[in-house]
Amino acid sequence: MIRQLRNVPLTAMFGILVIVSYAVIAIFAPLIAPYPETAIVGMEYLPWSEEFLLGTDSLGRDMLSRLIYGARNTLGIALATTVIAFVIGCSVALLAVTLQGWVDQLISRMVDVMMSIPTLITSLLLLMIFGTSVLNLILIIALLFSTIVFRIARAVAMGVVVMDYVEAARIRGEGLLWIMFREILPNAATPLVAEFGLRFTFVFLTISALSFLGLGVQPPLADWGAMVRENASLITFGDLTPLLPAGAIALLTLAVNFIVDWMLHMSSGLKD
Amino acid sequence: MSQPPLLEIRDLVIEASAGKRTAPGSGKALIDGINLTLKRGEVLGLIGESGAGKSTLGLGAMGFTRDGCRFAGGSVTFDGTELTSARPAVRRGLRSTRIAYVAQSAAASFNPAYKLIRQYAEFPVLAQGRSRREVEADAVTTYRQMKLPNPEEIGFRYPHQVSGGQLQRAMTAMAMACRPDLIIFDEPTTALDVTTQIEVLGAIRDAVRDFGTAALYITHDLAVVSQMADRIMVLRHGKLVEEAATETMLADPQEEYTRSLWAVRAFEAPAKPVPAEDVQPLVSLRKVTASYGRIGPDVLRAVSFDLHAGRTLAVVGESGSGKTTAARCAMGLLPRSGGDVLLDGVSLPPDYRKRSKAQLQQVQIIYQMADTALNPKQKIGDIIARPLKFYTGLRGRKLTARVRELMTAIDLDPDVYYHRRPGELSGGQKQRIGIARALAAEPRVVICDEVTSALDQLVAEGILRLLARLQQELGISYLFITHDIATVRAIADDVVVMQHGQVVEAGPKAQVLDNPQQDYTKSLLASVPEMDAGWLDRVLTERVAAR
Repeated sequence: MIRQLRNVPLTAMFGILVIVSYAVIAIFAPLIAPYPETAIVGMEYLPWSEEFLLGTDSLGRDMLSRLIYGARNTLGIALATTVIAFVIGCSVALLAVTLQGWVDQLISRMVDVMMSIPTLITSLLLLMIFGTSVLNLILIIALLFSTIVFRIARAVAMGVVVMDYVEAARIRGEGLLWIMFREILPNAATPLVAEFGLRFTFVFLTISALSFLGLGVQPPLADWGAMVRENASLITFGDLTPLLPAGAIALLTLAVNFIVDWMLHMSSGLKD
Repeated sequence: MSQPPLLEIRDLVIEASAGKRTAPGSGKALIDGINLTLKRGEVLGLIGESGAGKSTLGLGAMGFTRDGCRFAGGSVTFDGTELTSARPAVRRGLRSTRIAYVAQSAAASFNPAYKLIRQYAEFPVLAQGRSRREVEADAVTTYRQMKLPNPEEIGFRYPHQVSGGQLQRAMTAMAMACRPDLIIFDEPTTALDVTTQIEVLGAIRDAVRDFGTAALYITHDLAVVSQMADRIMVLRHGKLVEEAATETMLADPQEEYTRSLWAVRAFEAPAKPVPAEDVQPLVSLRKVTASYGRIGPDVLRAVSFDLHAGRTLAVVGESGSGKTTAARCAMGLLPRSGGDVLLDGVSLPPDYRKRSKAQLQQVQIIYQMADTALNPKQKIGDIIARPLKFYTGLRGRKLTARVRELMTAIDLDPDVYYHRRPGELSGGQKQRIGIARALAAEPRVVICDEVTSALDQLVAEGILRLLARLQQELGISYLFITHDIATVRAIADDVVVMQHGQVVEAGPKAQVLDNPQQDYTKSLLASVPEMDAGWLDRVLTERVAAR
């Protein structure tokens, strides 16, 4: 294990380091943050000082603490959303591929219809209809992203389902679930895991975008996308503080992509 | 006085490099100290099992190594130019005009997007600066030389519009395009049917003779190499085993290994008593008709044959004859559109999904490609255990004990292989696992779909011996799908010959193979290469005479 880690390229190492530190910050947020998430602790828009390391926001809340708690909300929601999107997308795709015929046609065409509408517009619409609770946010975005996961999982599984060992399992009389999750899924897993990382970033960006538009994570909860919007007016004064949450998003995106690149490289067999 | 040799290889070492910066000599040697001389116009046959380094040596003769390999010693001198140390541009120049290469799979080697003649003209126009018109006229001559039908017109087809045998000849024609001094043939007929193979072999040999081209002919088929080559080199593990003129080599091989290659086809399963007339056959196909898709043409037309308990029925035919389709109908993988499939006198539902677990259990299959037949993510032990668990409900220690018993039966040490995955096994070992998985279900019939055709001759013989032994011990029946007559001779009791989806001839092995009644069976049997240097000439003359 340790020897394997030594062969990890520098970029992927950096990615792993960033993600681990984000995770630590998110998990231990209450211990690390100097002030509570929503408490008003000073005047509005205070500059960086010893008391408030990154100053305060438009309501006088500590910027650093909100950034730290924001990791928790943004990461947690994005992770939950991606996991749900993958569970739905992969299961439906495996079902379609295993059963083939009209089941596959029906599901694929339904997914085509869903994909023909731009994601952001659909999510805005659905959030307006169902309300902007965190649960709705997770479910709606997960559903929308599951269509993309479906397309990819279906394409990968199509290559696996024609293998003789799947046919052997079929004529043995194995059930649907065995064929889906024991024969096909393990052999389609590598590209899907890499895709997980990539989708995670996209979900993350979508949620931040929605928060920026005011339909994502609702105040007073801290969220990086929303924090950019709340403090956007500071940019006109040449203050960099509102860009910090944006930077946090950018850094994580970069880190995840480094790791995804590395995993794709590994799975393609180019180990040199 | 003697002419200097065209190609001279001295103490060549080609190794798989562990990394770019490692020192030469540190990698695993694929070619280990080979010496080879080839005169102008001479044909040298290279034979050996897969992994013997035949192809690596063939490519090395062009000054080329595959990715991850490199020259680690020795020299390759082509007509006075040392290739291993030559600049890439020099090597490319030679490869484009003076050395040509014919690959095993023509279908994979042509660019499907361009017409044949355009691909023919590419090198003469680019490297020799000839005009396209002139080269295209030249192509027609070469196509005629290769005995392609409609030589004026065939070049304007796309690769998918001609048959496999024609494509292989078109590729040989393309190799001839620049009138090279040396052509390397890498198993050019291995992927072809026997009847097609004859035509390609004849065309290649005539072309090599007429143009006075020297050739390296790589193959694992002794009978083929004895038709083509003036001299034969036997390779094993990247080393030379033996080298001699073809007649000497065939008549009097010196080394133990060469003799074992020669003796491969000596195996023949013990004959079984013929069943009485009134015994009910175990599996019986009655006028089975089938097609792909609802409106497709019938690929099986009223196919009938019987498989008796404890016997082996070989279904023989070329690709497209419907032999595999017949097996798929019996399995229920392709629902039949007419006729009946009986197991023990009871009709089986056309679709396998409608069959009961007991019916499925009785008919098992072993696939041609062991690579795709085993789930690469499952352990060997689990692969064999699954049918046991599924059909017999064995659990726990009893299950493990039975799996180990099966692994011992197929000559794989359970202590070593139980926890390995298919990727860590050789082709022959994987095929053994396939056999064990089929046996684990405790079937009465096992369908063997070209189980030995992807394997080397020595390994294939081991598999046939294993199957014959298991049949004796367990009394199971085999439905053996194959295109290889030698395999039929080795293992079959009864033979069915198929062509165009119909049964041409059927009967006991001795009758069909030694006293065939139908013309097609005769031509099929005559096409099987024999290890006799005059065989190809004889068959080709007979063919011409027949026309």
